[in-house]
Amino acid sequence: MFNRLKLAIAALALSASAALAAKDTITLGMVLEPPNLDPTAGAAAAIDEVVYANIFEGLTRFGPDGSILPALAESWEISDDGKVYTFTLHGGVKFHDDTEMEATDVKFSLDRARAEDSTNAQKALFAGIESVEALDPRTVRVTLKNPDGLFPFKMAWGDAVIVAPESIGKAATHPIGTGPFRFVKWVKGDRVEIERNPDYWGAPVKLSHATFKFISDPNAAFAAMMAGDVDAFPNFPAPETLEQFRADPRFRVIVGSTEGETILSTNNKAGPLADIRVRKAIAHAINRQEIIDGAMFGYGTPIGTHFAPHNPAYVDLRALSKHDPELSKKLLKEAGQEGLRLRLMLPPPTYARRGGEIVASQLRAVGIETEITNLEWAQWLEQVFKGKDYDLTIVSHTEPMDIGIYARPDYYFQYDNPAFRDLMDQLNLATAPTRRAAILGAAQAMIARDYVNGYLFQLAKTGVANAKIRGLWENAPTQANDLTGVYWEE
Amino acid sequence: MRARLPLQFLIGAAIFAAFALAALVSFLWVPHDVTALNIAAKLAPPSREYPLGTDHFGRDMLSMLMVGARTSIAVAILAVGIGMLAGVPLGLWAAARRGSLIDEIIMRGNDLVFAFPSLVIAILITAVFGPSATNAIIAIGIFNIPVFARVSRGAALSLWTRDFIMAARVAGKRAFRISLEHILPNIANVLIVQGTIQFSLGILAEAGLSYVGLGAQPPTPSWGRMLAEAQTMIYTAPRLAILPGLAIVLAVLGLNLMGDGLRDLLDPRLRRARQ
Amino acid sequence: MIRYLARRLLSLALSLIAASIVIFAVIEVIPGDPAAYMLGLNASPEAVEALRDQLGLNGTAFSRYLDWAGGLLQGDFGQSYTYRVPVAELIGERIQVSLPLAAYALALTVLIAFPVGLIAAARRGRPADWGIMAATQLGIAIPNFWFAMLLVLLFAVKLHWFSAGGFPGWEGGLAAGLKALTLPAIALALPQASILARVMRSSLIDTLHQDYIRTARAKGLTRRQALLRHALRNGLIPVLTIMGLQFSFLLAGAIIIENVFFLPGLGRLIFQAITQRDLIVVESVVMLLVFAVIVVNFVVDIAYGAADPRLRRRR
Repeated sequence: MFNRLKLAIAALALSASAALAAKDTITLGMVLEPPNLDPTAGAAAAIDEVVYANIFEGLTRFGPDGSILPALAESWEISDDGKVYTFTLHGGVKFHDDTEMEATDVKFSLDRARAEDSTNAQKALFAGIESVEALDPRTVRVTLKNPDGLFPFKMAWGDAVIVAPESIGKAATHPIGTGPFRFVKWVKGDRVEIERNPDYWGAPVKLSHATFKFISDPNAAFAAMMAGDVDAFPNFPAPETLEQFRADPRFRVIVGSTEGETILSTNNKAGPLADIRVRKAIAHAINRQEIIDGAMFGYGTPIGTHFAPHNPAYVDLRALSKHDPELSKKLLKEAGQEGLRLRLMLPPPTYARRGGEIVASQLRAVGIETEITNLEWAQWLEQVFKGKDYDLTIVSHTEPMDIGIYARPDYYFQYDNPAFRDLMDQLNLATAPTRRAAILGAAQAMIARDYVNGYLFQLAKTGVANAKIRGLWENAPTQANDLTGVYWEE
Repeated sequence: MRARLPLQFLIGAAIFAAFALAALVSFLWVPHDVTALNIAAKLAPPSREYPLGTDHFGRDMLSMLMVGARTSIAVAILAVGIGMLAGVPLGLWAAARRGSLIDEIIMRGNDLVFAFPSLVIAILITAVFGPSATNAIIAIGIFNIPVFARVSRGAALSLWTRDFIMAARVAGKRAFRISLEHILPNIANVLIVQGTIQFSLGILAEAGLSYVGLGAQPPTPSWGRMLAEAQTMIYTAPRLAILPGLAIVLAVLGLNLMGDGLRDLLDPRLRRARQ
Repeated sequence: MIRYLARRLLSLALSLIAASIVIFAVIEVIPGDPAAYMLGLNASPEAVEALRDQLGLNGTAFSRYLDWAGGLLQGDFGQSYTYRVPVAELIGERIQVSLPLAAYALALTVLIAFPVGLIAAARRGRPADWGIMAATQLGIAIPNFWFAMLLVLLFAVKLHWFSAGGFPGWEGGLAAGLKALTLPAIALALPQASILARVMRSSLIDTLHQDYIRTARAKGLTRRQALLRHALRNGLIPVLTIMGLQFSFLLAGAIIIENVFFLPGLGRLIFQAITQRDLIVVESVVMLLVFAVIVVNFVVDIAYGAADPRLRRRR
């Protein structure tokens, strides 16, 4: 009770001073509403876009440039065999319900995520853990089954945040974390509000209050931005309007990179598509620049394999699948697949719906007819992703460093190549950066030469913000709206 | 007074005929192929080559609107067809057995369908079967059934008390034959008027469904989807959103004027028949 | 009367049962797994299975129907899969937007339609009537989402008089709430007002032909006096019937408008729930809407039956 009173006074003081000082509240637009607010029990990107780095923190975290920074773990030591990580935690860290964050909470969080009945969507992140021990309140020892140089990277994911056993039960609707902001309320279907956590262990944030507003309709998003209802829209859903914003001095357009490889996913076991010549023909029928121009109004970087171009290990393999309709026709003829008809399933995002129409027209130009079906995400997951009942689809794979999905023969594009799996096994054991880069290069080339999927472009992060806002992430190394560094310029 | 009635009908018929003609012509010829994208020519302003300009994929707007008219008209007509084919027999049956359990079941069933929020059910239907023009037709058609059942029952009930029907019954004709030979031809007028109204509602419904992405799928052009896709470009190329909107308004307006004109034309006769 | 009431009650109960079975059956066959949706692209099959168990999705259709319908009878709408809160709570939140929006739109409808319909009837055949009839034809033909879009462009983006959408909540004050609902209410009201004005006009004109109006006119009342004193009251009956229908339509039919203005109403709740496969929410909200319409119809029937004994036998 006393606490609440203290808060009220603090809030009063804040709002009184706010009238004089610069604006310290912000309203952010988001396309999708999170289904719940527990990042450890759902994969929806929208969850992390609200809570990551704001409400919840992990042992480590992603920086704006994708580097791995310490978070709740002040530092860590790696044993000589690379199997044992000893994390030293920050002292004096409290959850928003005033309980202490200690080593036992870390043990609880990691054990919970890797448990048999865990509903963590990224269970694979924790699969390498052998045991977790809380040595003292500020020291945690994690023992791995195999050496893993990427373990700090894995612990930076939104799915690996540290939660408390007392409050996790209610996290879906009332998340309690250690972050610089704490949850205020969620008006379902409309917005989530968070406010500054006055007891934050780290550097205090400049914003006192933030609202995430959910606007799924691109036109409504445009209108809301123009009318000033939202201050920033970090992932703006209508690239065609960006020119408009650029021309308007009230706004700033922020264009950055994401981890989203947008690909024409191909069912490698669906009839004619099992024939590499057909997949190669499709790859050469595609004109990437036309898709980027037509669907994304120029925003996006063409790619020739499943790898982010801003990653140092990226290899430019676009030459393997350059636009060559004549070659496509020849390949189709060789394969005896003239007059081929394929089903193209498109999930809701603009890149897929618009891109799909363009791909269909490009395929038609080489003699492949496609039947387009627009699907909602739930249907897409059921029919395409789980049921593998499709020929072609367009989707952006937004997880960082996810080339490993090609090692899963039961994954929806059904690429089954033991040589590739062997490469991934080598990668997991490699720690030296040069060695890793070499393996990653070989892996990129292998999937590009097998024409597993049509590689279209790296999704751009196109955001719009009020020109006076500073500190928003330019790139999206992970899906997040990290507000810790955001402020209004006077 | 009498002279003005056909005018409303004529205006409506003229507007609608223009769309119908455009739709028919589009089967044989359109200025540009609507399935071929030409990204280089996107968002071109009106010119001699593209009388109404091009859209965000560089497709000719005029051709898109022509083929879109075809989609709208086809969906609406088929939905009316479903409504009539299922609804009229039900209504006639209920009227022939008025007061019986069958009548009660049919009319309660009608109320039940009416009680469902139509757009929600349409969305559910497309969620089950996937979005497509066919499923839009079914979704719209289902809600036309009770309309036609109710209208035909109402009109038939008033006929059943008439002398010539009495005569037919005395002559030993079965209810089925009476419904078919005497009732149906006499309620045709009412059905045509109602059909026109449902037709226009069907065009609106199709536009609404395509607007939320549940109607005809690309590359088939559809007015509602054109509108939805063009919305965000309303500043840069307002005609993209305005033209399909106007097409919908005009087509619906034409049909409504036609329907009202028809009703006014037929009403006096019906009124005389009732007395 | 008792027998009539009993029959209508039985029919009401049967209708509700039939409706619940239809809704459940439709929802059953919808493809898509809520658990898979929640866990997303890289989820392992075991995690999805664990979540399905947690959500109570593994069971026979029949037992799940009984659970659901039994819960409804006790006022328990179940628990949302995705939001993980009671569905009743969600409905409670959303109805705070939908109900006032429908009422606001209906009020605007009446405010426009009554005077307009009255003028048209009074001036039948004159230019005013013509103009009004033409305007209402246009009002019916304009798709409301297109009209909404134009409203946003003009009043929110250009003039900044209203915000482009969203709902601040009633705790921000009545005025702020009503302001947020104004553009959506106008967009919804335009076609409805056009329809109602036409119904009003023709109903008034019909009553003007009735014998008692002729008597009143014979007694020396002017056409306008006859219209206002006698025809209006009697002509309102069909108008009220249409208004009842319009209200239930506005309650559920605002889905598209709620999307344009990103309002957290019931329509968008259903739409979202369908795309996220939060089927228990879809079932319960659709059932609630159907229930409302059926009960309203029932009450209207009873009222008519009480007023006019002949109707009891007819239907």
